[in-house]
Amino acid sequence: MKKGILSVVVLGSLLLCATSLFAGELERFSGLQGKIDIAGGTAHIPVMNDAARAIMTANPDIVITVAGGGSGVGVQKVGEGLVEIGNSGRSVSAAEMEKYPTLKSFAFAVDGVTPVINPSNTVSGLTAVQIQDIFAGKITNWSQVGGADAEIHIYNRDEASGTRSVFWKKCLNKIAIVETANVVPSNGAMKTAVANDPQAIGYTSIGHVDASVKAVVLDGVAPTQENAINGSYPVVRKLYMNTNGEPAPLVQAFIDYVMGADGATSIAQHGFIPIK
Amino acid sequence: MLNRNSGKRDFTAGGRLTSPAGRIHFPGELLLRSAALFSALIIFALFGFLAYFSLPLFIEGRLGELFSLHWRPFQGQFGILPMIVGTLLLALSALALAYPLGLGICLFIHGLGPALLARPLLLLVQGMTGIPTVVYGFVSVFLLVPLLRNLFAHGSGFSLLAALLTLALLILPTIVLLIHSQLGQVVPALRLTATALGIARERELLYISLPASSYGLLAAAILGFGRAVGDTLIALMVAGNAARIPDSAFDSIRTLTAHIALVVSTDSQSTTYQSLFAGGLILFLTTAAINLLLHRIKSRACPSGDGS
Repeated sequence: MKKGILSVVVLGSLLLCATSLFAGELERFSGLQGKIDIAGGTAHIPVMNDAARAIMTANPDIVITVAGGGSGVGVQKVGEGLVEIGNSGRSVSAAEMEKYPTLKSFAFAVDGVTPVINPSNTVSGLTAVQIQDIFAGKITNWSQVGGADAEIHIYNRDEASGTRSVFWKKCLNKIAIVETANVVPSNGAMKTAVANDPQAIGYTSIGHVDASVKAVVLDGVAPTQENAINGSYPVVRKLYMNTNGEPAPLVQAFIDYVMGADGATSIAQHGFIPIK
Repeated sequence: MLNRNSGKRDFTAGGRLTSPAGRIHFPGELLLRSAALFSALIIFALFGFLAYFSLPLFIEGRLGELFSLHWRPFQGQFGILPMIVGTLLLALSALALAYPLGLGICLFIHGLGPALLARPLLLLVQGMTGIPTVVYGFVSVFLLVPLLRNLFAHGSGFSLLAALLTLALLILPTIVLLIHSQLGQVVPALRLTATALGIARERELLYISLPASSYGLLAAAILGFGRAVGDTLIALMVAGNAARIPDSAFDSIRTLTAHIALVVSTDSQSTTYQSLFAGGLILFLTTAAINLLLHRIKSRACPSGDGS
């Protein structure tokens, strides 16, 4: 019994500490209440979850739900008024803007996309032209780019992918990708496929790179956050939150929070670069 | 289908409630009828919805565009023919593998194998129905795909072969349980007579019971095929999803279901998106045709209208 009371007291004081620590950024939510539904781009989810958790802990009158679906779904849902914030890993297309002319975009982070290969592959750097030739099906063996004598297995993303869209525009220079390439449905599936196939080449968000895959040095530039910030690494995109019209006070407070100091910490933690 | 036999028993039990002379109504009957009507309406609404959205493609004469060989949405080519071919190849080959296996298991259970093993084998197959599709897919990605890649040293392992092996495992229980339930009705009725005539159990099974189970045999094939056509996850996870007609079983293929799953989150204003409705319509019509076919076979096999 005593122990129970003690732990409640300890927990309570810890919570108080936490609240006072974050009070600066979370103060803007005091007095606000309501619900924010978020859907869309899957790269955004970790950052959204962090923000939602912190805000809901600080102010229990606010309920925030976070769902995926992809960039297309995010834009469509916010346009139809089904969610308050629709995330996208690309800017709103002209066709979408025509259908939902009141959409407003808030870019909050920069994400780099890097070619990835299996860690056991002896190749470590490629030129953009070599990568284009690989994805076009002109280079089919790793020995042609300085690797072992083994067939190259290409892994591609689906057309709905924001990651594919930026890689295709900024690294592949909009070439036609060979039809025999395998297609995987997510950044996670890409990592699994490349991590398990010694002959693989694919591409993924820099935030997703870990020890299971090797990021390829592109034209001599390492795909790191630093190089993406200073502009020397070219294959980057912005992550957006979109609202339909001017955001309501609560939604505005959420956007300000994500783009503030706490948001920046969370964004950097998940491998993206915050936009001030 | 599998529920049909247990369902039949339920039906007789329910029949007692509605008889005698069908005057006393089961209190929930109205509820059940409206539920049935509601489900039927949903199906029709689904068909109408698919037809409505793919109509522009049909009336604007863009069918040729749809049934072409190349899926390059950024170049304005929306051919779903490779996906149709991929679906048929995968479903037929999975059926070709699973069907003889399933039939063999059923004959084993019904007398060709030792009686001691029949029950555990049946339980094993029944247990297989409870395994979620994603588990098969997941295990395949980590075990079967690397194995095929290393074994044949051709392609990435994500292939028609990997998908058909996994899918065969998935549809096997459907096939086994259907044939088994049919044999379960036919065999007891015939075995006594056959034994009295001095016909050996194996001969009775192969030459009398099996031919008498033609409805179940056909239904198992059709439903197994239907299940294979409709499955999305296995194809999506292990078939590789390259939108082209494969040259060999080691090549990557994309099925219609996987195609819809991959493309569905694109910009919904685009032709890319619209072409999905045509794909959905084709799948819908395929399964509808399968069900109609099954119904016809059933009514021919049992003209009394008793059902199975």
